[in-house]
Amino acid sequence: MLTLIRMALLSAMALATTAQATPRDEVLAGYATQARADDAAFAGFSAARGEALHRERHSGGKPDSPSCTSCHGDNTRAAGRTPVGKAIDPVAVSAAPTRYTDAAKVEKWFRRNCREVLGRECSAREKGDWLTYMITQ
Amino acid sequence: MTTLIRSIAVGAALFAAGAVMLGRAQAGSDEYFPPVSDPLTRQECGSCHMAFPAGLLPARSWQKMMGELDNHFGEDASVDAATAKQITTYLVAHAADTARGDMRRWLRGVSASAAPQRITELPKWVREHREVSPGDWTRKEVASKANCVACHVDAERGYFEDD
Repeated sequence: MLTLIRMALLSAMALATTAQATPRDEVLAGYATQARADDAAFAGFSAARGEALHRERHSGGKPDSPSCTSCHGDNTRAAGRTPVGKAIDPVAVSAAPTRYTDAAKVEKWFRRNCREVLGRECSAREKGDWLTYMITQ
Repeated sequence: MTTLIRSIAVGAALFAAGAVMLGRAQAGSDEYFPPVSDPLTRQECGSCHMAFPAGLLPARSWQKMMGELDNHFGEDASVDAATAKQITTYLVAHAADTARGDMRRWLRGVSASAAPQRITELPKWVREHREVSPGDWTRKEVASKANCVACHVDAERGYFEDD
């Protein structure tokens, strides 16, 4: 009986997510609007570019955090760890389904972390690429 | 009838005594610091490290720290103005020198004009951890002195007893 209810709930949720834009879609749509405003030739986000941004070692930021993976780890579906030792929820949406649904929170962490890793703020295209990669993970 | 009243009175007295003892064990102990009770403070101050109990620093330390969040021990931990205001209000109201209970003992050796920023540099903290060997601090699972829960498994609930 419980299983039946759970299945019914799950299919209802699946229907709900396909029927309307989720908060995460809206966050991504906001970055797309900004990316188009930044560059008229913008042709959509790329998970491949997002993965490169996530995994590459950058030189503009702090020496102890040259890459997103310095704290988030190589496996997007596994927990990361802050420099002082606290666990960070996985970054992959499949492993942390509530992530990236609050636009202000997403912006806050991009602002902080892009400065730490790249030494500058990320562009809207970079943010959208990175989110697109995590959504596929 | 008198027996009934007497047993109620005895029961109430025992309960009160127990409550007082429990209260003392918590407030007077060097090992219990009430955990952060404000959800916003708990969330914002608990993302990168544990949300340290407000009673671990005096109010003046929290005020200084909250004014310098863009360079928080070398990290950018800035929040918007409204968030900063709410967090500051909470931390100041529950600081070591403003909280109810005898938390001032924790500040022994701290000058009244100083606003220490690192909990791990308070004389009491140093004293309480003097028996920890240097090798333990560098263990991979410890990572830093800010990682209380590596050794104090109930730190998130406010208990910092020796483990």
